[in-house]
Amino acid sequence: MSARIEIRGVTKRFGSFTAVDAVDLVVEAGEFVTLLGPSGCGKTTLLRMLSGFETPSEGTISIGGDDVTHLAPYRRNVNQVFQSYALFPHMTVRENIAFGLKMQKTAAAEVAKRVAEVVELVALTGFEQRKPHQLSGGQRQRVALARAIVPRPQVLLLDEPLSALDAKLRQQMQIELKRLQKHLGMTFVFVTHDQVEALTMSDRIAVFNRGRIEQVGTATEIYRRPRTPFVADFIGETNLREAELLSRTATSGRVRLKGGLELTVAMAGWPAGSTRADVSIRPEKILVSKARLENENVFAARVSEEIFRGVLNRLTLVTLGGTSLTAVVANECAVVEAIHAGDDVWCCLHPDDLVVVRAV
Amino acid sequence: MQPLALPERENLHGRRPRLWGWLLLTPLVLWLFAFVVVPMGVVVVYSFCQRDDLGRVVFSFSWENYARVFEPIYLRILGRSVGFAALTTVLCIAIGFPVAWYIARRSERARNRLLLLVMVPFWTSFLIRTYAWIAILKDEGLLNGLLQYAHLISAPLPLLYTPGAVVVGLVYAYLPFMILPIYASAEKVDNALVEAAYDLGAGPIRAFSEVIVPLTWPGIAAGILLVFVPAIGMFAITDLMGGAQVPMIGNVIQNQFFRARNWPFGAALGVVFTLLFVVAYAWVQRRSSRTP
Repeated sequence: MSARIEIRGVTKRFGSFTAVDAVDLVVEAGEFVTLLGPSGCGKTTLLRMLSGFETPSEGTISIGGDDVTHLAPYRRNVNQVFQSYALFPHMTVRENIAFGLKMQKTAAAEVAKRVAEVVELVALTGFEQRKPHQLSGGQRQRVALARAIVPRPQVLLLDEPLSALDAKLRQQMQIELKRLQKHLGMTFVFVTHDQVEALTMSDRIAVFNRGRIEQVGTATEIYRRPRTPFVADFIGETNLREAELLSRTATSGRVRLKGGLELTVAMAGWPAGSTRADVSIRPEKILVSKARLENENVFAARVSEEIFRGVLNRLTLVTLGGTSLTAVVANECAVVEAIHAGDDVWCCLHPDDLVVVRAV
Repeated sequence: MQPLALPERENLHGRRPRLWGWLLLTPLVLWLFAFVVVPMGVVVVYSFCQRDDLGRVVFSFSWENYARVFEPIYLRILGRSVGFAALTTVLCIAIGFPVAWYIARRSERARNRLLLLVMVPFWTSFLIRTYAWIAILKDEGLLNGLLQYAHLISAPLPLLYTPGAVVVGLVYAYLPFMILPIYASAEKVDNALVEAAYDLGAGPIRAFSEVIVPLTWPGIAAGILLVFVPAIGMFAITDLMGGAQVPMIGNVIQNQFFRARNWPFGAALGVVFTLLFVVAYAWVQRRSSRTP
């Protein structure tokens, strides 16, 4: 029922513009893979080549072992949940959901049974006779989902399906979608520009930038070990700084960041034969304390700015030498002394949390 | 079905806009009354009158005119008119739908240019355009000339003053009235809906019949009314391009008023004919209300 997708060297050009540039990606059967990237990065174009609405200029796509590169969309066993939902306005909820089965010439009794099943699965019981314009955004979203899964496609494609929902509903749907995918065991390819969505739901994430995949990996891999400055910057917040290698041993080295801050770094990720590299430091990896710290990589700084973000506070730290770093600290309970702008603080960073994202 | 929205609450200034609305409508209402309701009334009254030997209308009640309308000769002409109009409508849909759909799927700039092309013919008098067709189709006309020049035919084909010429003229004249309303509907159809149909396994034909036609039906229905109804009554084209060979109901009515000077009978034909429109309109309206 679910199928493996192989994308080999796929390029799509529109005139002189290259939307997708030599992309290789394998999605395993039953896997939830998210294509993540800013708008115009090519992720939607790649999805449209999977659904068959665009044909690759170069390369091949196979689904379940069959080459579908040039197969018409209506001959593919792949269904899509559209960003705008694209519910047929002249049909009821029931007719919308049954459309795919009707096209497959499924027997009426079977259609009724499967539609009833899926209606229950997406909690739309009682709404079968409504027209799409009589539904709320969340309900329409569920109709679109039901319509796409009821023909039991090998692969379900989702094109930013949650972007039109409000924040609360979106969070809820993220969890529901993930649960549904596990329940069905179906291969999901999900397109989004929302990193939180990608991190929450995906087995693996493919980060897109300018038509290319910058990195593929699990949410934790992508977040903890970004391999390019773009990935580090696009997912979560980061401090991207150029670092110069001062000295090294087999396992660790000493680097100086712009502004003079000197830190110890693990050598495992350092590019061989290079003395300079861009490093990424996640703001939450910096421990900030009013009390003196006794670890490795301790440095003194002054809090120059403080932005209240509810559960978190965002601090701008400036070291004595003038290196500026952003840190995020929890708004802790009143037992701990709060840190405010103007305070002198001690900071600490584990050597593993300086992540090299590019050799310079 | 239960209405989903509650009836709008009476707003505090409700009365003033309503009064204003009626005031603004007054010119239209007066216009319609003076130039539609009154003339229609006159025609209905005439249709029950008789005429004297000099062609003057005599006001004495009679069903005679209506009895004559249903004589076989007039029914045949009416049937032919309806047939020609139906053929014209079908051809206009067959030609107009693809054109309208094509234009609606272009970029906005291209759409505006193509629409302009559809409307260009309106800038020239309708009669001049019809005479242009005569120049093309007549025995010594452009088309016969070209065919003879190319040695495809040895003698001119009789093109003008044939039923075919009438249909060509009618289709030509009414095509924009089919294209424009269909375009207006097609332009509103989200391309994602067509893609969704394909995505769910509908081939081009199913996608067309299950999604595109229902969604553009309001435009098709409007086009049918705008083409079918006037095409039945058209007399200028049938006169000019069909000659006396293929008289239509419009020609007959025109003749009753201007040549035979039998106004009451012409009026009776007109009334029956108008009722036919109303029935056709009601039918189309009912069809389109089924697919909101």
